[in-house]
Amino acid sequence: MTRSRYAAAALSTLLALGGGTSAAAATSATQQAGYLAANCANCHGTDGRSAGGGGMPGLAGLSSAYFIEQMRLFRDGKRQATIMHQIAKGYTEEQVAALAGYFAGQSAAPGGAQGGAARAGAVK
Amino acid sequence: MKINDSGFSRRRFTKTLGSASALTVLGAGGAFGLAGCASTGAAPSAASGTQGRVLVIGGGYGGATAAKYLKKWGGAGVQVTLVERQQHFISCPLSNLVLGGSRRIEDLTLPYSGLAEAGVVVVRDEVLSIDRVTRKVTFVRTPEQSFDRIVLSPGVDLNFSAVQGLDDEAQKTILHAWKAGPQTVALRRQLEAMPDGGVYVLSIPLAPYRCPPGPYERTCQVAHYFKTHKPRSKIVVLDANPDITSKKGLFLQEWNGQYKGMIDYQPNMKVTEVDARNRTAITELGDRIEADVLNIVPPNTSAEIAHRTGLVNANDRWCTVDWVTMESTEAPGIHVLGDATLSAPAMPKSGHMANQHGKAAAAAIVELLNGRTPQPPMMANTCYSFVDDKRVMHVASVHRYDPQKKMIEPVAGAGGVSTAASELEGSYANGWARNIWNDMLT
Repeated sequence: MTRSRYAAAALSTLLALGGGTSAAAATSATQQAGYLAANCANCHGTDGRSAGGGGMPGLAGLSSAYFIEQMRLFRDGKRQATIMHQIAKGYTEEQVAALAGYFAGQSAAPGGAQGGAARAGAVK
Repeated sequence: MKINDSGFSRRRFTKTLGSASALTVLGAGGAFGLAGCASTGAAPSAASGTQGRVLVIGGGYGGATAAKYLKKWGGAGVQVTLVERQQHFISCPLSNLVLGGSRRIEDLTLPYSGLAEAGVVVVRDEVLSIDRVTRKVTFVRTPEQSFDRIVLSPGVDLNFSAVQGLDDEAQKTILHAWKAGPQTVALRRQLEAMPDGGVYVLSIPLAPYRCPPGPYERTCQVAHYFKTHKPRSKIVVLDANPDITSKKGLFLQEWNGQYKGMIDYQPNMKVTEVDARNRTAITELGDRIEADVLNIVPPNTSAEIAHRTGLVNANDRWCTVDWVTMESTEAPGIHVLGDATLSAPAMPKSGHMANQHGKAAAAAIVELLNGRTPQPPMMANTCYSFVDDKRVMHVASVHRYDPQKKMIEPVAGAGGVSTAASELEGSYANGWARNIWNDMLT
C-alpha cells in the first residue's frame, strides 16, 4: 500500500539525514514524517486535508512524484506563487521526499472540501 | 470524522472522553473527569503504548494546538487536559478587521468542543500556582493535581505601569484591544462614535511585542474605515520603535497610496504617560498628542503565571526555552510556548508561530514519554496582513535548528514578503484562517 511506500521514503530520509541516536531510530518513520508534515497544516489543513475555500489547496492524497516536482518548481521559481516559492526554499530534498511520502499516504477528507468546511463550525 | 489507525476502539474511547469532559465543564463528575480514572490504569493504551498525564495551560494558538497534537500523536494512553479561563476561543489574527468593519467578533469566536470530541479534557478554570519541581498545579475551582508534563502557553500581559496615568479608571476609556474580545468591540464602538474630522492616536510599544505587523495592519484598517465613512478624519501613529518593524515597504505603499494624507507616522515616540481626562498621550520627551480615540498598546511581557512560576529569565520579560523540546531552561518538564518565549532570531510572536511551537512541544513530549530522544523541529511562519477589506500581503519564514548553536534560526534564502498586497492573497488569508482554526480546534 501507499503507507509502506511512504514509510520507506521517510526512513531513507532519516538515514540520509544521519539519523541521530539509536533511541531516535526507534521513532517510527511514519511518526517522524508526521511531525515534519505538521509544519504545513497551518495553511493546508491537518494531514493536508484543507477545509476548502480561499483557494488554499489540500495536500492529502497527492502523488509523491507530483508533490516533489511542484516543490522543486516552486523552489526554482518556475511555478508562479505568492508564497510557496519562498517557503519551498526552506526544506531540503530529503525533507521534501518525507513530506511527499506522508501526504501521499493520507486520504482526502470525507466529502472533500465541503466535509472539511463543515468541521469549521462558526468560521465564516 | 477523522479515521485513526486504531480504528473502532479508538473512536469509542474518544467518544467516552468527549462526554466525560462535557460533564467536567458543567461541573459534575469531579475534577478533570476521566483523567482521574486514567491514573488507576483503567484507560486503554494506544498502539504505541505511550502513557502520561499532560496539562496544557492556555487555549490560544499555542496551547490548543499542543493539546490537539498531543492527543493525535500520543494516542489514548496520553491524558491531555486543557485548562482555559475563557469559554470560547477568540482569534487575535483577523481581529483588526473588526476595527475596520469587515468582520464581527462573532466571526472570530470558536468553541472548544472540537477538542473535547478529539479526546482532550477541556476544563474552564484558571491556574493559581505551578510547583516547578513536583509539577503540582492548583486551580481556582478544580482540586489540585500533579502531572507528568505541563505545557504553558499563557500569552502576554500588558505592562500598564509603564504608562503613567493608565490606571484602572483610565483603562475604561483608553483601550489597548491587543487581546481580541471585548476590548476589540469597545474600540470599534469608539471609532463609530467619533465624529468625522476626529483624530485616532495609536501608540506602539518597543519590540518585541505580540504580532509585529499588527499595529501597522491596524493603522490600515482604521484608515479603511475612515476613508469609507469619515474621510476628514486623521490617524497619528506614535511608534516607540525607530522605524516600522515589519513589512515596512509594503505598508508604506498603502499609506502613500490609497491612504495618502491620512496617516501621520512618528517613529521614536515612546508614550510614557496619559492624561485620561483630556484623552492625551504624553511622550517621554514631553510632547502632548490629543486624541478623539486614544489607543495605547503598553509594553508586552510573558503572562503573569510565567512570572509567578519563576520561568521568566530574560530581561525580566520572557521565558527562555530549549528549542528542541520547548522546555523552560528553568524547569524541565514545563514546556513554554508562543508569545511568552524569548524569541529565537527573526522569529515573530505570532499565532502561526505559536501553533508551530505547540506541535514541536507535542512531538517532544510524545518522544520523551516513550523514552526516546526528541529530534530537532523545523518551524515555518506566515503572517498575513489585511490592508483594507480585501487586499492582503504576507511575510513568511522557515526556521531550522542548528545543533552547534543550540538555537533555531531562519533558513538563509528562504522566506520573504509579498511584492504588493493583492486580493488573491486576501483569499489565501481567509483559507489560512479556516485551516489553522481547524488545525488547532478540531
